[in-house]
Amino acid sequence: MIRERYLNGLVLVLLLAVPLWALINDQPFTITLATRAAIFALAAVGLNIALGLGGLVSLGHAAFFGIGGYAMGILAYHAQTYTPVMELPFVIEGTKSMPIIWLVAMVTSGTAALLIGLLSLRTTGVYFIMITLAFGQMFYFFSISWIAYGGEDGLSIYIRNDFPGLNTLVPINFFAICFTLLCLVLFINGLVARSPFGLALNAARQAPQRVQTVGLDPQRLKLVAFVLSGVITGLAGALFADLNRFVSPTMFSWQTSGEIMIFVILGGTARLCGPVVGAVVFVMLEHALGGLSEYWHIYLGALLLLVVLFARGGLVGLISGRAVAHD
Amino acid sequence: MTDPILATHNLQKSFGALKATDNVSIDLYPGEIHAIIGPNGAGKSTLIAQICGELKPNAGRIELLGQDVTHTNTLTRAKAGIGRTFQISALAMEDTVLQNVLLGAVGAVGSPWRFLFPVLADKLLYSKANDALKRVGLQGDAARRTSDLSHGQRRQLEVAVALTLEPKAFVMDEPMAGLGAEGSKTLTSFLDGLRDEAPILLVEHDMDAVFALADRISVLVYGQIIETGTVDQIRSSKAVREAYLGSDT
Ligand SMILES: Nc1ncnc2c1ncn2[C@@H]1O[C@H](COP(=O)(O)OP(=O)(O)O)[C@@H](O)[C@H]1O
Ligand SMILES: [Mg+2]
Repeated sequence: MIRERYLNGLVLVLLLAVPLWALINDQPFTITLATRAAIFALAAVGLNIALGLGGLVSLGHAAFFGIGGYAMGILAYHAQTYTPVMELPFVIEGTKSMPIIWLVAMVTSGTAALLIGLLSLRTTGVYFIMITLAFGQMFYFFSISWIAYGGEDGLSIYIRNDFPGLNTLVPINFFAICFTLLCLVLFINGLVARSPFGLALNAARQAPQRVQTVGLDPQRLKLVAFVLSGVITGLAGALFADLNRFVSPTMFSWQTSGEIMIFVILGGTARLCGPVVGAVVFVMLEHALGGLSEYWHIYLGALLLLVVLFARGGLVGLISGRAVAHD
Repeated sequence: MTDPILATHNLQKSFGALKATDNVSIDLYPGEIHAIIGPNGAGKSTLIAQICGELKPNAGRIELLGQDVTHTNTLTRAKAGIGRTFQISALAMEDTVLQNVLLGAVGAVGSPWRFLFPVLADKLLYSKANDALKRVGLQGDAARRTSDLSHGQRRQLEVAVALTLEPKAFVMDEPMAGLGAEGSKTLTSFLDGLRDEAPILLVEHDMDAVFALADRISVLVYGQIIETGTVDQIRSSKAVREAYLGSDT
């Protein structure tokens, strides 16, 4: 067994080493794959805060992923067509600046998470799953009907957005941006898990009655976790759109929600780097098996089944054993 | 005479046709241990749940420190000073023992909205939590996972969490259950001293403990208080003996 801390380090070093190797050997497509894995991992780290710490089984996280994506798409589209996003009551211009796009993506997805959370958290269990799924579907159908931004066809962005001091069109540079953000968010996630908030949230998942009897509101703790979760998944959505230079309603689809959840469960729910392991394994399978068969999801399904049946802590749990409570 | 810390007035609660709480008026004065005894299914836990705000009574009133709290929720009552322990342990089982008491400390201080600061680095929270563990004799188990504790140790942890809250009144539902003779004795002497910090409304099955501790005893049978009195009064009450204590007492 490898201590979880070392495993986490190993996973991140590997995720960094592969694109560096690809850079030296001139394999830009591999760098793109690693970038895809890092972005999926980030989206899943977001879900893991709601699902792992808060016990909130959200099947609607595509909503936040898509909002982040469309935040990028809409802002960049207006920048490339030199039209304002809106003129009344005040003028908002488009932008090609990544930091501004990220901020907008996080604020809008966080706001959506607040509203969705306020309504969904009245329910629990299977109803919570269904209501979050329903919200995700609402965004999906809304985006399909939003003709101004491509409707069903989505929006293409011709040039990747800018980051101060970097040529973002160079694959390794864009990977570096995504990887850095992933590490930063993981670091923050680690701190949150050890904070008074993390402690209370963790208890709210396991024994909500207890949390109430010490004078804390478990629902409010979960709502804040849900918003935090949505903000991170929204940021990942903006990066994903930038990676593909394309956004479409697919980002809002329930399959996207399902995949984000698969990353978390496959890697290990509530484990810090579980989402990273899950996303990396997913992208590897997608690449290795996707070429062989259109139906590669069958193998993914089988793997997921095995993990759920025989490794309750996901792949991280399989390698590092049960979670040690924070020291 | 001083005012009661906690009181119920004509409390009523029915589950369908079953009157689980039937016109119950009890009170708890500073410095006392008021025990509630009664056979299984008498309605003791139901009464406690109403006092703590988990169940809404059908009628009647609950007062805490002279304030009517009948229509407030658990959260408000916890903040107002009720320190409750559960009959069936309600603890974060995957967490360590220390984390469970730390939760109490976080609640007592009312500061869960810190996201980046390690809870263990907060000296105030840590010392509150550690003190509570020491007082119930669990300091050696601080790092253990709660699910690995024995049944009796979980009961002790329940009490420790309540201690961190420094409540105005303790409300304990069968804290001795499953403790064993030795454990009961230790907890009995601990509770004996605790009443000076805050009075205790004590639901308990262990009669030795009740007779050793209680300043007053109320006997609950089929949802009704059939008698309230001192240990001696209850021991010699014919009605109580018939209804509950049995002929061997
Ligand atoms: N939520 C409930 N719904 C229906 N009946 C209940 C409920 N809770 C308790 N009861 C019934 O109320 C009576 C009192 O239960 P309880 O308060 O747990 O008794 P005690 O704690 O004295 O053993 C029992 O007959 C029990 O079956
Ligand atoms: Mg009971």
